[in-house]
Amino acid sequence: MTTYNDFVIRFANVNGSGSASANGMFAKALFRMGVPIATRNIFPSNIEGLPTWFEVRVSEDRHHGRREGVDLMVAMNAETYAEDVASVVPGGYLLYDNSKGLDRRLFRADITEIGIPIAKLILPEFPDPKQRKLFKNIVYLGALSALINIDFEVITGMVSTQYRGKDELIAPNIHALEIGRGYAREYLDCPLPIQLRRTSGLGDSIMIDGNAAAALGAIYGGATICAWYPITPSTSMAEAFEKHAGQLRTETDTGQRKFAVLQAEDELSAIGIVIGAGWNGARAFTATSGPGLSLMSEFLGLAYFAEIPAVLFDIQRAGPSTGMPTRTQQGDVLLAAYASHGDTKHPLMFPSTPRECFEFAADALDLADRLQTPVIVLSDLEIGMNDNLSEPLTWDDDRRYDRGKVLSREDLDAIEDFGRYVDVDGDGIGYRTLPGAHPTKGAFFTRGTSRDAYARYTEAPEAYTENMDRLLVKWRTAASLVPAPEISGHGHRAGIVFYGSTAMPMGEALERLADDGVQLDAMRIRGFPFSQEVTEFLYRHEFVFLVEQNRDAQMKTLLVNETGVDAAKIVPVLYYGGMSISADIIQESVLDHYEKMRLPRLWAVGRGTRGGTPAMQTVIGRGTPGEDSVA
Amino acid sequence: MTFVAKPRVHHPLLPTNEIGLTRRDYEGLVSTLCAGCGHDSVSAAIVQACAELAIPPHLFAKVSGIGCSSKTPSYFLGNSHGFNSVHGRMPSVATGANLANRELYCIGVSGDGDSASIGIGQFAHIVRRRINMLYIVDNNGTYGLTKGQFSATNDKGSTSKKGVPNLYEPIDLVSMALQIGASFVARSFSGDKTQLVPLIKAGLLHRGFAFIDVISPCVAFNNHNGSTKSYDYLRTRGASVVTADFIAAGEEITADYAPGEVETVHMPDGSQLRLRKLDTSYDPHNRAHALEHVLEAQQEGEVVTGLLYVDPDASDCHEILDTVETPLNALGEEELCPGSDALERINASFR
Ligand SMILES: Cc1ncc(C[n+]2csc(CCOP(=O)(O)OP(=O)(O)O)c2C)c(N)n1
Ligand code: SF4
Ligand SMILES: [Mg+2]
Repeated sequence: MTTYNDFVIRFANVNGSGSASANGMFAKALFRMGVPIATRNIFPSNIEGLPTWFEVRVSEDRHHGRREGVDLMVAMNAETYAEDVASVVPGGYLLYDNSKGLDRRLFRADITEIGIPIAKLILPEFPDPKQRKLFKNIVYLGALSALINIDFEVITGMVSTQYRGKDELIAPNIHALEIGRGYAREYLDCPLPIQLRRTSGLGDSIMIDGNAAAALGAIYGGATICAWYPITPSTSMAEAFEKHAGQLRTETDTGQRKFAVLQAEDELSAIGIVIGAGWNGARAFTATSGPGLSLMSEFLGLAYFAEIPAVLFDIQRAGPSTGMPTRTQQGDVLLAAYASHGDTKHPLMFPSTPRECFEFAADALDLADRLQTPVIVLSDLEIGMNDNLSEPLTWDDDRRYDRGKVLSREDLDAIEDFGRYVDVDGDGIGYRTLPGAHPTKGAFFTRGTSRDAYARYTEAPEAYTENMDRLLVKWRTAASLVPAPEISGHGHRAGIVFYGSTAMPMGEALERLADDGVQLDAMRIRGFPFSQEVTEFLYRHEFVFLVEQNRDAQMKTLLVNETGVDAAKIVPVLYYGGMSISADIIQESVLDHYEKMRLPRLWAVGRGTRGGTPAMQTVIGRGTPGEDSVA
Repeated sequence: MTFVAKPRVHHPLLPTNEIGLTRRDYEGLVSTLCAGCGHDSVSAAIVQACAELAIPPHLFAKVSGIGCSSKTPSYFLGNSHGFNSVHGRMPSVATGANLANRELYCIGVSGDGDSASIGIGQFAHIVRRRINMLYIVDNNGTYGLTKGQFSATNDKGSTSKKGVPNLYEPIDLVSMALQIGASFVARSFSGDKTQLVPLIKAGLLHRGFAFIDVISPCVAFNNHNGSTKSYDYLRTRGASVVTADFIAAGEEITADYAPGEVETVHMPDGSQLRLRKLDTSYDPHNRAHALEHVLEAQQEGEVVTGLLYVDPDASDCHEILDTVETPLNALGEEELCPGSDALERINASFR
C-alpha cells in the first residue's frame, strides 16, 4: 500500500563531512513541494568526526513532534550502523552504501535494504578526494529523489541558487545528483511505497528556526544592544541578530549602525552590559543557556531589586557543560523562575513555535520596560536550533513600543515630588528616570534594597519590608501581563498541562489518546507568574498530567509552590533523555497511568473517527467510577 | 544609619564656573566613610575636577562595584545618576551604560578588591573594549568594607595591621592596563590633589578608556608601618614622573607647579592637556617605555605617579562598532523597527 507524505526519514552521518548542506537541501526541497515537515538535528558536542543524525518528520497531518522509529534510514556512518539498522521500524527501509561489504549479521529480514554503491559510483567521476567526500551526500540525495519522488527540478533549482556566484560548483553538484538518481532508476524499484506528493497546503508558511525568529523579534521589538557569550544552543540567536540587524539597521548613507553587538568575556559581563544599558533606557538582551544562566544569577538579583529592565533568552539544553550540551531539555525552569539570592522571582515566557519566539521576543522587551525587571524567555534547543514550519512572521505597523513608566525632562518639570520607588499607581511599579534626563531633578543612586521609596540610603527594617511587599504587588501586575495560557477542550475530568517545545508532539498525542478513550482538557502554559486561569484549570480538574522534559518535574514544583494546588493532583509525565519528547512517550505514560489507577476510558461513539460525534459512552472501564481517584 | 543631606544654600561668595555653578553643585551626600579615608579625598578631587570642567552635573553617569570605594559615588555629583552595582562587575555595567548613551561622561569608581580580584576579568576586558570612560581605582591594598583582608594589589611582604605578612605577588593594574592597550594610564595619590585633579580632568575628556590608579590609604586597616599603601609610605617613596596640567579649550587654568619641561597634548574635543615632565627623558606617548618605567621603579620600591601613557588619537568602542551618533537609547520605532513590508521580504527569504 502506498502512503503519501507520512514517514520519518533519518540521515546518519559523520559530522564535518558536509552532510548538513545536503540534508538541508533535502528538507528545503520537501518544503518547496508543499510537504509539511519538521526537522531535527541530533548532533554531538564536537566539530568533526563524531556521529550526527538529521531527522525529518514528514506529516501531512501536521504532526511535527518527534515520533519513535524510523521509516527510511539513510545509513552513511559505519560506526553507528548497528544502532541505525536497529532503529528502523519493521517494514521500513534502509539505504546504505554497498560499495564495501557490510556485516551480514546486522541485516534484518523485516526491513528492505536498498544498497547503492555510492563510493564506487563516485570514484571515476571526481578525482579530488575532498570532492568525493562531499558529493557522496549529493549522490544519496539524487537517489532519494527517485526513491521517494522528490521533484528533481526543485532540487536542481536549489543547487543553482545555493551556488550562485560560485558557478563552477553547480555543474558537478548536478552531475552528482544525476548519478544517484540514474542508478536508482535503473537498478531499484522506484518509487518506494512511502513517497512524497506535492500539496498546496503550506500556503505562505515559512521554514525557520526559533533562534532566528527570536532574533528578528528582538530587532522588531527595538533591541539595540545584544551582549552575549557563545554557548550552544543560544549562539545562533546572537549571530542571527547581528546578521539581520546588519541588514536592517545600517544607515545606507553613512554605513553607521543603529545597534551594538558585543561578544562579552563571559555571561556575567553579558548580563551586566544588558543591565547597564537597561538602566540607561536602551533595549538590550542576552542569549544564553543553563550554565550561563547560573553565572548570571547574582546580577539578575540586583536587577530585580534595583528594578532594571533586562531581557534574557535561555535556550535550554541538557545538563552541565559536560552534560549533553547539544541535546534539548527543559531543565532550567526553576533556576530561571527564582534565579538569585534573597526573595527573587522573574517573569518567564515559554514560546512553543518559531513564530512565538518572534512574538515573545518583541513582547519581552515591552514587558521588561513595563515591569522594570528582568524577563526571561525560556526556549530550548528543539525549537531554537531546528528548522520548522511556521506561519509567516507578522508585524502591526501601528504598534508602539511600551517603554513603561519613564519620566522625561518635561514630566519632571511638571512634578513636585519624585520618588523612584513610590507606588503612585497602585500597581507596584514606580516611575523611573534615566541618567542625563534633567539638570536638577530625578537623579538618584541606584542600589539594591538598602534604600527607601525615595532611593535614599537606609537599612531600616520597615523600609526593607515595605519595598519587598510592593514588589509583590508588582508581581501580581505581572501575572496579568505575561502571555495567557492556551486552553482547549472543556468539561473533562482530567487535564493535561505542558509548555514550550513539549507542545510539538502534543496535538498528535491528544489525538491518539482520544482514540484510546482518554479525553483530556489541555492547557499550554505560556507565562509565569501564573494567571488566575492557570490556577483555575488546575483546581477545576480531578487530576492533571504535566508533561515536561526534565527529571524533577520542575514546572510541577513551580505550580504547587505558586498556586497552592494539591501536589498529588499533578501526575508528571517526564522525559529527559535529551531527544525531544515524542507523542509515543506521552501516549504511553498517560495510558500507563490509566491502567495503574484503573481509570475508566471513554470513547466517542464511532470509535476511531477523530472529531466524531460528541456523544460519549463508557465502553471499557477497568475500574468502577469512584475508584478512580489519583493518589 | 541615617543619611545626611548637605545644606544646598550657596554662599554668595562661592566662585561660579562657566555655566554659573559652584563647587557645591558638584558635591554629593556627606560621606559615611571613616574620617581620614583616602577615598574621600578622591571624591573631593572628582568634585573639583568636574566643577572646573564646567560640565553640567547631570551629564555624568557614575558606576561602581562593591566596597568602601564603590560607595563613594554617593558622595560626589549628587545631581547625577549613579549605580552601585555588584562586586567586581562595574565594568560591564559601564559598558552597557556607554553603549546606550554615548553622550554621558561615565565615571567608574572601583576598589583594588573589586578590580584586581573578583573583577580582574572584567577590568581586563573593558580596557580591551576601549569604553569611553574614566575608570578610577581607589587602591588601598586591602578589603576595607570586609575589614582588612589583603587584596591582590598588596606588595609581597607588607604586613596587615596585626603584623601578618602578605605571601603572594601583587597585581599592578597600571602595568596591566598598559599592556592590554588602555589609551590613558595614570597613577596618583589621594593626598596629592595638585596632581590628581588635572589627571581626572584629562581622563574625563580623553576619548577612549582612561584609567587612574589612585593609591588611597585605608586609615582603618592599612595605614600602619608595615603597609606600602599608607600615607607615610607614599609621601616618602612616591616618585612623580609627569604632572598633568589640564587646560580647557577656553580659559587657561594656571597652577603653581614645579618647573620643568612642558608638553602639550591636544585632546579630541579641542582642549589641551599640558604635561609637565619632571624627568625630561619621559615620553608619555610610548607605551613600551611607560611599562618599562613602571617596572623599573617597582624594582626600586618606588611608586611612579603621574600620567604614564596617553594616546590622544585613541578611538573608543562606538568607533569600533561604528554606531550612529544619536545615542542608542534615543532611537524610537521609526529608526528601529523595519516594518511589515521588510518582514514580508524576510518571510520570503525563509521559503
Ligand atoms: C560576590 C561578593 N562577594 C563578596 C562580597 C563581600 N565584599 C564586599 S566589599 C568587598 C571587598 C572590597 O574591597 P575593595 O574593592 O578593595 O574596596 P575597599 O572597601 O577597600 O574600598 C568584599 C569582598 C560581595 N559584596 N559580593
Ligand atoms: S575601612 Fe578603610 S577604606 Fe573603608 S572607609 Fe574606612 S578607611 Fe576607608
Ligand atoms: Mg580596597
